[in-house]
Amino acid sequence: MREKLLTFIEKNSRIDLKELAIVLGVDEAAVINELEKMEAEHIICGYHTIIDWDKVGLEKVTAMIEVRVTPQRGMGFDKVAERIYNYPEVNSVYLISGGFDFMVTIEGKTLREVSQFVSDKLSPLDSVLSTKTNFILKKYKDHGTVIAEPAKDERIQMIP
Amino acid sequence: MRDPLNKKIVSIQPSGIRKFFDIVTEMEDAISLGVGEPDFDTPWHIRDEGIYSLEKGKTHYTSNAGLKELKVEINKFLTRRYGISYDVDSEIMVTVGGSEAIDIAMRAMLDPGDEVLIPQPSYVSYLPCAVLANGTPVVIELKAEHEFRLTPQELEDAITPKTKLLVLPFPNNPTGAVMEKGDLEKIAEIVKKHDIFVLSDEIYSELTYLENHISIASLPGMWERTIVINGFSKSHAMTGWRLGYACGPAVIIKEMLKIHQYAIMCAPTTSQYAAVEALRNGDDDVAAMREEYDGRRRYLLHRFREMGLSCFEPFGAFYAFPCIREFGMTSEEFSTELLKSQKLAVVPGTAFGDSGEGFIRISYAYSLENLKKAMDRMEAFITELRKKREA
Repeated sequence: MREKLLTFIEKNSRIDLKELAIVLGVDEAAVINELEKMEAEHIICGYHTIIDWDKVGLEKVTAMIEVRVTPQRGMGFDKVAERIYNYPEVNSVYLISGGFDFMVTIEGKTLREVSQFVSDKLSPLDSVLSTKTNFILKKYKDHGTVIAEPAKDERIQMIP
Repeated sequence: MRDPLNKKIVSIQPSGIRKFFDIVTEMEDAISLGVGEPDFDTPWHIRDEGIYSLEKGKTHYTSNAGLKELKVEINKFLTRRYGISYDVDSEIMVTVGGSEAIDIAMRAMLDPGDEVLIPQPSYVSYLPCAVLANGTPVVIELKAEHEFRLTPQELEDAITPKTKLLVLPFPNNPTGAVMEKGDLEKIAEIVKKHDIFVLSDEIYSELTYLENHISIASLPGMWERTIVINGFSKSHAMTGWRLGYACGPAVIIKEMLKIHQYAIMCAPTTSQYAAVEALRNGDDDVAAMREEYDGRRRYLLHRFREMGLSCFEPFGAFYAFPCIREFGMTSEEFSTELLKSQKLAVVPGTAFGDSGEGFIRISYAYSLENLKKAMDRMEAFITELRKKREA
């Protein structure tokens, strides 16, 4: 049930719990119980909304920053990651294999704000060797969701 | 001027849902549950293979029976899913959808006067195809009390010395009925006893929600008297690619291939390349879609129960077939009223044969959100009907 439940709500977290139980063919109480458990275990880490901010007309800038660091003795990358992810401006931090170590996404109101964060906060960290800032120009797909208008149902409306 | 037309084709009725189609397409904010095809687009990797084949210039005819590599994959699929296997060179042919396979199988097998048993309610093309093939269609009326399965008694009663072929349309459109192994074994005994053949239309075989589909061809002594028809439309959401196949004894396939060769040449090449990919790497897509349909199916049944609409549990395809007899209207009256007053389109059961009277077909090839809105409308409609009847 766990896997089915997660697969379903990963795509549709706003479904009514009663309906979710019907669709999965299980008891509503069992669904609630399982969800609460997974929230407690931090398997479910949050319920978020995918927003096309461009449409709202609100200025927002996102950058993906490649960060090279020296891991700290005895703590590897985790300690460095923690120093980075504790900034509220930081949206996500991934440890990456390949040419650099962390992929950090940062959101700000303006280019300047984001650049300033990188130069004032991120780069000066002791363990940071170098950063490379990539600004996002357009978002096409996020969390498995295509940002463009959803396709219309173009099927013929009556088919035997 | 002389009558330019063939009397037989003139005598055939056009499909009964045309009328609804015209109303619903002009109605704003109508919700239709009348569509008999998946709402999913073909999975991208399959479309991508089709595109790639075009880029490589695979734009020519294939051999009449279809690409060898596709037939190999079809055989592997049938073996791993249903335990039936065929000689790739002589017992499998690729067709333009399952529809073509139905047509040419009947034309290859029937002589004038041969009777074809057609259980109804069922898909609309069996009867006209039998007529066009000079056969005599004999309808078996399936019953709600048997969950619209074909019973041995019903079959036995319909058989005459002229009976040649039994059409076996399960999982069924429009009822969602399935035939389980036990049901099929009894049918197989009668078929063998009377020495008749089976045209098993298994186009919905990947969409079952109780147990895996059983093909009647996998039962002892049945392989040699069964033409299995299947395809990619429902399982892989590939309706527009027009691709299906027929499998059976070489003596029959050989003759079907002649008709196909002269009438069609070969199934669409692009579609065939895409289908190879569908069978090689598409099992997970099919499983995910099946899971999705199953959730919607449970949701619909729940809503029917809540509103007190009687419906047997459908275990296959993507249709439910609730009973509307309590309202004292014909299926067509009910569907017309529902469309006019609630802007909700369903297909009257009678579109699939007279034995569909008293039922409506509801397709759940729609998003849950859509089904929810539709069921709210349905509930409002029947609440109103009940109030009127009480008053």
